[in-house]
Amino acid sequence: MSNKVKQEKIRVLVAKPGLDGHDRGAKVIARALREAGMEVIYTGLRQSPEMIVEAALQEDVDVVGLSILSGAHMELFPLIVDGLKQKGLNHILIVAGGIIPEEDVPVLKKMGIQAIFRPGAMTQDIVDFVNAAMAGKRQRTT
Amino acid sequence: MESHHLFDEKELEELDRQASVADGALKDAAERLPRFTTVSGMSVKRVYTPLDVRKLSYLNDLGLPNTYPFTRAIHPTGYRGRLWTMRMFSGFGTAEETNARFRYLLSHGETGLSTAFDYATLVGYDTDAKEARGEFGKCGVAISSLRDMEILFDGIPQDRVTTSMTINGPAAIIWAMYIVTAEKKGIPMAKLGGTIQNDILKEYIAQASYIYPPEPSLRLVADTIEFGTKYMPLWNTISISGYHIREAGATAQQELAFTLADGFTYVELGLKRGLDVDDFVPRLSFFFNCHNDFFEEIAKFRAARRIWAREMKERFKAKKDRSCWMRFHTQTAGCSLTEQQPENNIVRTTIQALAAVLGGTQSLHTNSMDEAMALPSEKAVRIALRTQQIIAHESGVTNSVDPLGGSFMVESLTNEMEHAAREYFRKIDALGGVVAGIDKGFFQREIAQAAYRYQQEIESKERVMVGVNEYVLDEPVEIPLLTDVAKGQQRHLDRLNQVRRERDNREVTRRLNELHDAAKGDANLMPYILDAVRAYATLGEMCGVLRGVFGEHTELLVA
Repeated sequence: MSNKVKQEKIRVLVAKPGLDGHDRGAKVIARALREAGMEVIYTGLRQSPEMIVEAALQEDVDVVGLSILSGAHMELFPLIVDGLKQKGLNHILIVAGGIIPEEDVPVLKKMGIQAIFRPGAMTQDIVDFVNAAMAGKRQRTT
Repeated sequence: MESHHLFDEKELEELDRQASVADGALKDAAERLPRFTTVSGMSVKRVYTPLDVRKLSYLNDLGLPNTYPFTRAIHPTGYRGRLWTMRMFSGFGTAEETNARFRYLLSHGETGLSTAFDYATLVGYDTDAKEARGEFGKCGVAISSLRDMEILFDGIPQDRVTTSMTINGPAAIIWAMYIVTAEKKGIPMAKLGGTIQNDILKEYIAQASYIYPPEPSLRLVADTIEFGTKYMPLWNTISISGYHIREAGATAQQELAFTLADGFTYVELGLKRGLDVDDFVPRLSFFFNCHNDFFEEIAKFRAARRIWAREMKERFKAKKDRSCWMRFHTQTAGCSLTEQQPENNIVRTTIQALAAVLGGTQSLHTNSMDEAMALPSEKAVRIALRTQQIIAHESGVTNSVDPLGGSFMVESLTNEMEHAAREYFRKIDALGGVVAGIDKGFFQREIAQAAYRYQQEIESKERVMVGVNEYVLDEPVEIPLLTDVAKGQQRHLDRLNQVRRERDNREVTRRLNELHDAAKGDANLMPYILDAVRAYATLGEMCGVLRGVFGEHTELLVA
């Protein structure tokens, strides 16, 4: 594979913050993104905000996808968003999914999480969103 | 026993001839689908006849209710003698709030308690641990010390109501807190009835609320089995659980096979501890999921009873009937619920609950319509409980034991389920057993693949999910949700700090040191844990001591 093609692959970190063990969705989405041609790194469970920020930095990802089902998102997501900003990773597209009440969605979006995928979301819609958002970003930077 | 088949050979031959003619005539008949399958992908035939169960021996394969191999039931009178226990899994916020929910459910006719703990508690942290940020009270009640447990069961007659507790990594500690809470009310542990989930194997396979690596975790399980066998004859020391395996995406066949394989592993563990099979196996209980596919689920429950009985008698040489009885709790499938048009979930849950009852469950939790979004509101949980009461008192299905026994289809599916499970047992044995299978990622990979396949079927509309990929409404349907479950966090933290301040800290240190030393040796840890609990050592402190000795488990990444 040429370096050029490698660079064009979208790199995604699928991360599980908090203590909950519900990884069915994260694993399904990791595989769907991979089958859509993206490079996916899955963190595994029980990742602290600090660990996720560090992994995003080390893995040089374009996208961070957060999956959480315990309800701890309003406490943990801001720590991750701020952590990424503090490391200067403002270019990273942040998306999230899980059991996230409708009323939290606008708050999270304002915080800088670009899309929230709630129960019943289709993996194809997630793939399409990430592709479109990355295409937009790449156009802007070239 | 000599095998007698149910059907006359001559008649079967004639039936075979007629069936061939009929199939030929229907070869080009238009049907809605090229192939009809269960939710788990099992082929389903157009019609079932005696030809599908021609080798069935009534006495060897079915028996009467309460005769070996207990395919039909374990009690001779079924639900005519006693209805299943209506046991709603509940817990959120503080011990006070969950205690109020317990009382609410009991006042509405619930007949047993089932406790949900929050994630800090499930993985052995006090609420103020850094790891537990944001988790307080979210997926269950927070229990950081004996003081919380005393409040949780305040006013609950622990000698009359049985309590199930979904706790695994710290099961021994939470159990000890329950025992000491009763002790302080003057109720001896021998009188306590209930269940600790304590099924650590499925944590590595699916649910992922483990703490320590498999080997020391299994030692803790053996300690609890041994302790329960000696001192708590009414307590179920493990609830061997397929529920979470299924929720993680497994098929019905995988749920059945992996759960039973875990069960055999615990039996071997007890035997290795030097216990007699007929002393401890009767206190092992099971916990299954009940998904949408009605007949597949009923067949799964019937096959589970038969396989367990056969293995206990033939492989483990159990002599008592009780050791062969598979007793199980069922929960309807949370993963089948939709956020879209949530009232539809009441219907899904009803179908699933009916299958669980026709499958002969000993106890049942019915999910509330709002559980794809939040913890259940009072109204939603009441409707879920009423669903069970309507099945019990209005539907008539409780009048006869195993009313679907003898159905050509149900018996055929039951056989297929047993066959599929045995195929998996061979694979698991070839891997070197359940723990080796976990180490190699076998179960995790099988489940992840099944979960992905299920999602693909929904996306391609090969599988219709009403309200999600068909019959979609543009407007969201709103129902009132339980919100602000974490509002009592400060109250909980104040209590935790008060406990730490007011207890005899020298006594706590002494008990924790004793626990530490015992953990390094091979003594049964239950007495040490009980002493530390009595001294008000916190959950986080006790798990911290054991983390220091045992280490922590890290998952094998299979995604």
